[in-house]
Amino acid sequence: MTRRLTREGLLNLAVLAGLVILPLWALWADEPFTITLATRAVVLALAAVGLNIALGIGGLVSLGHAVFFGIGGYAMGILAHHAQTYTSVMEWPFVIEGTKNMPIIWLVATVVSAFAAFLIGLLSLRTSGVYFIMITLAFGQMFFYFAISWSEYGGEDGLSIYVRNSFPGLNTLVPIQFYGLCLAILLAALALYSALMRSPFGLALNAARQVPERVRAVGLDPFRLRLVAFVISGAITGLAGALFADLNRFVSPTMFSWQLSGELIVFIIIGGVARLFGPVVGAALFVALEHWLGGLSDYWHIYLGALLLLIVLFGRGGLIGMFAGRGKIHD
Amino acid sequence: MKFAKTLALTAALGALASGAAAEMKIGMITTLSGGGAGLGIDVRDGFMLAIEQSGRDDIEVVIEDDQRKPDIAVQLADKMVQSEKVDVLTGIIWSNLAMAVVPAVTAQGKFYLSPNAGPSALAGKGCHPNYFNVSWQNDAFNEAAGTWASENGIGKVFLMAPNYPAGKDMIAGFKRFFKGDVTEEVYTKLGQTDYAAEIAQIKASEADLVYYFLPGGMGISFMKQYAGSGAEKSVMGPAFSFDQGILGAIGEAALGVKNTSHWSKDLDAPGNADFVASFQEKYGRLPSLYAAQGFDTGLLLASAAGKADVADADAFRAALKEADFQSVRGDFAFGANNHPIQNIYMREVVKEGDVVTNKVLGVAATDHTDAYGGDCKM
Amino acid sequence: MSTILIIEQLLNGLQFGVMLFLMAAGLTLIFGVMGLINLAHGSLYMIGAFCAAAAAGLTGSFALGLVAALAGAAIAGVLVELIVIRRLYDKDHLDQVLATFALILIFSEGTRWIFGSFPLFLDIPAALSGPVALPGGIQYPAYRLALIVAGLIVAAGLFLLISRTRIGIQIRAGENDREMIAALGVDIDRLYTFVFALGAALAGLAGALVGAIQSVQVGMGEPVLILAFVVIVIGGIGSVKGALIGAVLVGLTDTLGKIFLPQLFALFMDPAAANQTGASLASMSIYVLMALVLIWRPTGLFGARA
Repeated sequence: MTRRLTREGLLNLAVLAGLVILPLWALWADEPFTITLATRAVVLALAAVGLNIALGIGGLVSLGHAVFFGIGGYAMGILAHHAQTYTSVMEWPFVIEGTKNMPIIWLVATVVSAFAAFLIGLLSLRTSGVYFIMITLAFGQMFFYFAISWSEYGGEDGLSIYVRNSFPGLNTLVPIQFYGLCLAILLAALALYSALMRSPFGLALNAARQVPERVRAVGLDPFRLRLVAFVISGAITGLAGALFADLNRFVSPTMFSWQLSGELIVFIIIGGVARLFGPVVGAALFVALEHWLGGLSDYWHIYLGALLLLIVLFGRGGLIGMFAGRGKIHD
Repeated sequence: MKFAKTLALTAALGALASGAAAEMKIGMITTLSGGGAGLGIDVRDGFMLAIEQSGRDDIEVVIEDDQRKPDIAVQLADKMVQSEKVDVLTGIIWSNLAMAVVPAVTAQGKFYLSPNAGPSALAGKGCHPNYFNVSWQNDAFNEAAGTWASENGIGKVFLMAPNYPAGKDMIAGFKRFFKGDVTEEVYTKLGQTDYAAEIAQIKASEADLVYYFLPGGMGISFMKQYAGSGAEKSVMGPAFSFDQGILGAIGEAALGVKNTSHWSKDLDAPGNADFVASFQEKYGRLPSLYAAQGFDTGLLLASAAGKADVADADAFRAALKEADFQSVRGDFAFGANNHPIQNIYMREVVKEGDVVTNKVLGVAATDHTDAYGGDCKM
Repeated sequence: MSTILIIEQLLNGLQFGVMLFLMAAGLTLIFGVMGLINLAHGSLYMIGAFCAAAAAGLTGSFALGLVAALAGAAIAGVLVELIVIRRLYDKDHLDQVLATFALILIFSEGTRWIFGSFPLFLDIPAALSGPVALPGGIQYPAYRLALIVAGLIVAAGLFLLISRTRIGIQIRAGENDREMIAALGVDIDRLYTFVFALGAALAGLAGALVGAIQSVQVGMGEPVLILAFVVIVIGGIGSVKGALIGAVLVGLTDTLGKIFLPQLFALFMDPAAANQTGASLASMSIYVLMALVLIWRPTGLFGARA
């Protein structure tokens, strides 16, 4: 067991090294677009790390995490939109001004997503299995159609933010600096994930997934455990949404689409469910495939589909599982 | 400090490259996969045909597929600007993707030529000297239709469009010059495929005319269902719902429907017949209005390339603004906000032999300009 | 709003619901018997529509188009079951979701590769074009009436198949206890392939029937797929009866919501704003319905208690 864990640990270190070296190489080789692509992978990985808390540890297959991604995105879009037009977000009962300051935007994105996750979790967690998948999808669709017809903030056209928001002490318009910021947040989220998994809370949550009766027997409420996990999970995905919006300097209802929820799940499965670095490997591979296959043919979705199919049929436990053997937590 | 040096180096390398071979690089971001691919493929094919016929071998075109996703389009635009170092971008089909990409690339000093879509924001307050619309402002076809309806004694209309910004633009455009009454104004779900409920409302309505904007598959579904419903009100819309690719799928259900367009394959304009013939010969299908727009965009670009070096942005901008090319639409010029001044025609869907297609009835609006130029300060 | 208009809208909602049932029935059977979440069910709907359009285009006969749709979708279903789906039965839902998501990509782009990027032409048969007069002076499209009748006939046939035939007994046994049917000597592999092909054929039939009054284009299956999932979740997964009731409920909610919500808001808002707010809310109505049903009954209306 120790040997296997070490192998996964080594793999994680290699991925981490790649996340640092690749952009530095791109900087040296003057390939700024590679840095943009890497940033996209890192931000999507962050969103999937959030989902992995609910899905990997808690066994909650949410097909509605785009809700939080979109809320994070719109938190950024709305605040920055008002800041760039010098209007206030609301005047009554108290005045809220827009802002272009990243830490404040992140805070708002995280808090609002957490609150939404609390409400959605409260209602959705009464169900389980496929019903849970579908009720989270239903909430996703509600937000999607709402955003499309929300004309104050662009409706389907979305909102363009002309200049990337600022972070004290950094020039976020320089791709590598923004990348560094995103990577730091991803690492913090991974550290949180790892700590959660080992904490009594994580162990209880994991137990609630496998044998809820036993958890109940020791006086813990599985519903509460899951709700807390869902809230943390939604908050992290919301933060990723704010970063994604800043990366593109643009938000639109597609951030709420069910395809995006599906893609987040795909990242996790490709990488390996409940693996610390699973979402990171999955998102990086997906972004790379999307980029390289797109240049091959107009019909590149066929190749992408075939590859995904091969991973499911023959890759047990995702890519990390294939290279590092079975983990201790998941079957 | 270190980053500043890198940037300076990049700029120096860029200058060196453009000095070595005075060629121009074009980035085309358009929709080539998924449900909306037909439009992007037509724009691309029309554009490439024009470049090929121009005989210029100093124009290099990089083509990428945006999958109709705004975030992918933004990412590709970054790639075009940062890695490919293109001089001019073009190709986007959808208003929402244009809104995501255009402000960012023009702010970075690149040129953008729109071969389709013209959101009102980019024609008015958000206009930019480097943004040229070679197609239409979103309201144009609808304004012309509203004018035509008023002039032809139509008193009451039923309006219908999807509930999203382009849909609301289109409805507002129709109402701008329409003098009669709007009896109903219905907003449908984006991507809706069943219009039974709306058709029942139409049948119960007192309107003389149904005017609708439902692009792509939505329009196909509506027209097929309308034809079999027993409703007898006449129908009108902008050309998007009656384009060649769409008429093939609607069939005879569309016969007699009137629609407004700036181009038609039977339009009597210099070079149009040659364009239709050469497009059909090369690609084996009739060109659509998207293909015509792509073709005109290519012609415009080639004409400007013949007059100025793209490295001299001011001269190149002036060359674009002259619009010194023979559009397949006939007379074409840019207004002060770089949007087209062109005729909009009324067409009718007819059957020629076995093919359901459009026939030009006459001019609906002469030298039409958009309504937003007044807000444009540049 | 006249009574006639309301009855006409009820019929519209019923017709929409009946077509959704054809999709949802296969989906719920496949889940009930094999425990498989099949996201690619919408692709089979698309294949049915494309086969029908191609065959009707070649032969000029709508009936032959329907036959082609049934056959094409069933063959595609059998092939996909034998090659891919079969390997997914013992995997967890997550792997099934990913694999069938991959199948959507392959089917969609494959169809575009074969048929091109433009929508195909498929028209209703001449005998069913135009409206018919119903009692009470309602002019209703003959084709939509035919859809309602055809859908109800298929539904009745399906209930008979499940309740009265040998294979129906096996299907019901498969839903309840998988080991038992193996012990009874039923060839499970064949049963699974049959159920999958049956579901595929129903989806293909729905695609062809609906394709005649909609746009036959790549990607037409996904919106319907989502609705079909909403239906089976509302009805209770695995229950064909639930699927029927859920489908009609969703059809009516969607249709009536579109009509009445804008009018409801017009009572206390100005008309333009009421139209837009009503339309926005109407586009969310079925998802609100589904969330409400699940909050009230976490396993749907007729689902087995977890």
